[in-house]
Amino acid sequence: MKVKTKSRLAKNRLMLWGICALAALTAVPLLAILGEVFLRGYDQLTWSFFTEPTPTAYKAMKAIEAGLPIPGGIANGIIGTMIMLGMAVVVAVPTGILCGVYLAEHQKQRFAQGVSYLTDLLQGTPSVIIGIITYIWVVVPMQGYSAIAGSVALCIMMLPLIIRSTEETLKILPASLKEAGLALGGNKARVMLRVQLPAAFGGIFTGVLLAISRVIGETAPLMFTALGCSLIRFAVDKPISAVPLLIWEFFNDPNLQDLIWGASLFLLLFVLSLNLLAKYLANKWNQ
Amino acid sequence: MNDKLYRVLLFAAALIMPIVCGGVVYALVTDAYEAFEHFGFFRFLTSSDWSYTEGAEQYGALPFITGTLMTTILALIFCIPFSLPVALFVGEYFKGTKIASVLSTVTDLLAGIPSIIYGLWGFYTLRPIIMSLNISEQGSGILTASLVLAIMIIPYAASLSAEFIKMVPGDLKEGAYSLGATRAEVIRRVVFPVAGSGIFSAYVLAIGRALGETMTVTMLIGNTNNIPNSITSTGNSMASIIANQFGEADDLRLSSLIAIGLILFLITAVINMMGKMMIKRARIA
Repeated sequence: MKVKTKSRLAKNRLMLWGICALAALTAVPLLAILGEVFLRGYDQLTWSFFTEPTPTAYKAMKAIEAGLPIPGGIANGIIGTMIMLGMAVVVAVPTGILCGVYLAEHQKQRFAQGVSYLTDLLQGTPSVIIGIITYIWVVVPMQGYSAIAGSVALCIMMLPLIIRSTEETLKILPASLKEAGLALGGNKARVMLRVQLPAAFGGIFTGVLLAISRVIGETAPLMFTALGCSLIRFAVDKPISAVPLLIWEFFNDPNLQDLIWGASLFLLLFVLSLNLLAKYLANKWNQ
Repeated sequence: MNDKLYRVLLFAAALIMPIVCGGVVYALVTDAYEAFEHFGFFRFLTSSDWSYTEGAEQYGALPFITGTLMTTILALIFCIPFSLPVALFVGEYFKGTKIASVLSTVTDLLAGIPSIIYGLWGFYTLRPIIMSLNISEQGSGILTASLVLAIMIIPYAASLSAEFIKMVPGDLKEGAYSLGATRAEVIRRVVFPVAGSGIFSAYVLAIGRALGETMTVTMLIGNTNNIPNSITSTGNSMASIIANQFGEADDLRLSSLIAIGLILFLITAVINMMGKMMIKRARIA
């Protein structure tokens, strides 16, 4: 009897330590990735890295032969990302919020439940398929790759995230808030705009931040839509670059490989700080 | 704003979802039709040829379906020993403590890393390790891709399972403790049976993630178009063949790639819907 108790206690302790050890191990890849990208990339983050466009492979080759660091940077990618993201946000945020409001207001209706299912479906759709779709919808009719096509792809990816966060935040608001507004004589639209949406602002804003951080690192949907371009460009009907597209380009071009880590470090820092900011704001607004 | 305009506006915004999803299915089906018509739906699924010699073009999806299934299943196997302890750590052992929130921040950040950076890390760090261990000669392949894929899906599996583990009623656990059970026994006999269906659904959704992951797999799987004969050999997944060849493809090859996209879309849709339905059921129970 005593022996059995001892072995049960030993098992219990073993389980605790095993779980702690294995859980701690999951931090290893995060630290390894952060460490590697930081150590190999930090000395590339100079001023010119953010202000100059990508060099041609020939220029880069010449610089390597001469033993010089590769000239140029990722300005074309940063500007492309900003343009496409800007256009996507302008369309996706209002539409997503309206759709989320609809879902929160009509929870019991058949149609709303169907829309809710479709939102899940779209959210689970692999990004490469969003790329194919945008290619068929936008690139083929416009007869060319463009920033517009890229932003359509990003917009489709952001929509379900914004819809969900709007719906969820509105659903957890106390019903008394809405009732008080209605009792004061406001109509539904007014109560939504003046009472419910301001109260839900924190949750929706966090959702938008997370949606941005999700799509900003997306490569696959941009490969068949924005294509990439080594010039700094502001035209929305021409091929354009993006930071993740540049990383992919550097990865495939032996001459440009030295630029990979700077670009990755920039992207990683941007995405992770957006993530942390969103998490911080969510905690703050929840209290 | 009057109520009528408000209602119309909301309804119009909600209509976007059916339009987009309908458009996705319509576009995929019409553009994949050529390939299915040319090769036959069933033969396209079961053929393992992928050759674009002009005049004798042969396209089949089997190698890529196999590649996707192998990477996904392996990733799931590698992911469980880490995601389950994380879920127990956050949801049971250190529930609500500071250290638990640190760990969940770590997994959130893991989920936030763009897949192309996972690919780079796998290529420049993990691949040399695999090579030096003599597991495979070229370093890239199904195994390397699945290892990185496993890290990528840990956050999804862990955070959702933790949510279900947290929801196990305290009086059930206390009942077991009062009978003299140790914590390990409570987890095995109470927590797992109660939270089991929820945990299972978390892994179904994690599978849905792994199926469609593109860049990481493209960078690590080795990109060969034959059916992989072991876990160390190279291959291609459905997503990676599309990423690799879509830009240069036209006509029949383009249609075949879109057909693969349609199959991938259908598989992930079914898996995700199953997962969501199971979550709903687990939440009610």
